[in-house]
Amino acid sequence: MKILVPIKRVVDYNVKVRVKSDQSGVELAGVKMSINPFDEIAVEEAVRLREAGTATEVVAVSCGISASQETLRNALAMGADRAILVETDAELQPLAVAKLLQAVAEREQPQMVICGKQAIDDDANQTGQMLAALMGWPQATFASKVVIDGAVVRVTREIDGGLETIELKMPALVTADLRLNEPRYATLPNIMKAKKKPLEVLAAAELGVDITPRLRHVRHAEPAARKGGVKVADVAELVNKLRNEAKVI
Amino acid sequence: MKTLVIAEHDNSRLATATLNAVMAATRFEGEIDVLLAGHGCEAAVAQAQTLAGVTRVLKVEAAHYAEPLAENLAALVQQVASTGGYRAVLFGASSFGKNIAPRVAALLDVAAVSDVVAITAPGRYERPIYAGNVMVNIESEQALDVLTVRTTAFDAVAEGGSAALEELAAGPDLALSRVIGRELSKSERPELGAAAIVVSGGRGLGSGENYHAVLEPLADALGAALGASRAAVDAGFVPNDYQVGQTGKIVAPGLYVAVGISGAIQHLAGMKDSKVIVAINKDPDAPIFQVADYGLVADLFEAVPALTSSL
Ligand SMILES: Cc1cc2nc3c(=O)[nH]c(=O)nc-3n(C[C@H](O)[C@H](O)[C@H](O)COP(=O)(O)OP(=O)(O)OC[C@H]3O[C@@H](n4cnc5c(N)ncnc54)[C@H](O)[C@@H]3O)c2cc1C
Ligand SMILES: Nc1ncnc2c1ncn2[C@@H]1O[C@H](COP(=O)(O)O)[C@@H](O)[C@H]1O
Repeated sequence: MKILVPIKRVVDYNVKVRVKSDQSGVELAGVKMSINPFDEIAVEEAVRLREAGTATEVVAVSCGISASQETLRNALAMGADRAILVETDAELQPLAVAKLLQAVAEREQPQMVICGKQAIDDDANQTGQMLAALMGWPQATFASKVVIDGAVVRVTREIDGGLETIELKMPALVTADLRLNEPRYATLPNIMKAKKKPLEVLAAAELGVDITPRLRHVRHAEPAARKGGVKVADVAELVNKLRNEAKVI
Repeated sequence: MKTLVIAEHDNSRLATATLNAVMAATRFEGEIDVLLAGHGCEAAVAQAQTLAGVTRVLKVEAAHYAEPLAENLAALVQQVASTGGYRAVLFGASSFGKNIAPRVAALLDVAAVSDVVAITAPGRYERPIYAGNVMVNIESEQALDVLTVRTTAFDAVAEGGSAALEELAAGPDLALSRVIGRELSKSERPELGAAAIVVSGGRGLGSGENYHAVLEPLADALGAALGASRAAVDAGFVPNDYQVGQTGKIVAPGLYVAVGISGAIQHLAGMKDSKVIVAINKDPDAPIFQVADYGLVADLFEAVPALTSSL
């Protein structure tokens, strides 16, 4: 069984982003980029399934600029077997990514795709569900446990009220939530080995899908900052302020 | 400008997120239809008919809508949305809406807009990105937009309406997935997303036992819902649905009390629109103090019991 893992290169989660002065987007020059944390979890899950003998091959795929090769090498160092970059300099919105991934999935014929639940830059939480729709596959979003059992996969999902377990017919799409696993660190020998693993580059234009953005992001701004508050000396002062100043208790 | 709101429900009651989504739909200033697919869902349908501003409730009854499975529901919504002359399809940005809306959008070959916090005109939306550190204005020229709306940004609509009822034929049962289990956390407390006061605990509590022993009496005294940071959930102090933040619940109560929480941006993303924020933390430099209206630098194991007993 082959598993495809779509991964995105994003601004590292520790970076405090700044809006460009012309409001056209956020400043990316000189900013630390990393693999999207949810995608790291997705790679880990796929690699564990291969280590357990359930999966036979893990293919990491990323859509975007040439520098995304670095991100793919990360996934290879974690244990993915090979990687595909769908290269383009164009702005990619989730529907376009889903269409590119669909083209790759049709070529690769995986039995399962494990996406991250959301990219921490656009916070869209859309691509996996869109890809499942385009493929006509069942989907299990926000997974915290994945068990493959013959032709079905049972997935425990984090939902608003607690947890839900659903059973999907394969091929199926899963999106990884934070508690699915704890990703391993890539060891130095594995980072070295990853340099020799196959990484194929496809031009997005050759896949014959329409990736034109459907929405315009016209203005970016930082949200109104909260006014800094005060420190209170003790519990009595806190209670007094909450009662008489804020009037919330 | 007709809009379609997709109802989230358990066949007997609507989820509050749906009441917020109907409020968001009123911004389009046209007729609002609510699509409610379920099984034995008369009570939920009757409730939907009472929502202020709703013109029609479109009821679809079938055994394969007993559970809100993405594949069956998205196929149905696609069919209704593409034939009804709608300008937008709206979902609350709950786990239900986030699961299904993008699937609907892809079936309709349109972009989806997630976590909308403002609708200034049809096709003009505002939403947060980068864990709420950036707000972006979006323009859509699509004939039909699919939106999930952030529930804290739109009030729940009132009751008092009397929408017409229309029954629609069910879509196919694709039989691609089924629910085999559900563990819902039971609580007598107010719902986290809708509570007026939230008491949240972080890693500083040290254990699940401490979390309950220290925070429950305070939450009881305040009539508050309980929340948590990701670190507290990951460490197993409380179940996953307590998590507040970028990837958990978004809350905006009148009062948010953060106890033993450092204030990582991913946590702030879920609570910084609260009206009044109180932070109790022993580290005077904890970033949570930068957003707190009232900060108390103290050991929580002394401060919280003292606070509880003085209420
Ligand atoms: C992709 C991604 C998504 C994330 N999503 C979320 C999310 O949705 N929600 C979320 O919360 N986090 C999220 N996180 C995690 C986030 O980055 C932080 O790791 C997390 O919020 C830290 O939780 P904490 O404040 O409880 O723990 P810590 O950062 O460890 O803080 C504990 C605090 O307790 C204080 N403390 C300790 N003992 C005491 C005492 N006796 N009295 C008083 N104070 C004490 C300490 O001074 C410290 O400030 C996410 C991270 C990533 C990478
Ligand atoms: N450019 C991309 N290349 C590969 N995978 C992506 C890309 N963008 C998004 N994804 C996948 O889709 C998931 C959800 O992203 P999003 O819908 O943008 O929040 C991510 O966690 C990735 O698994």
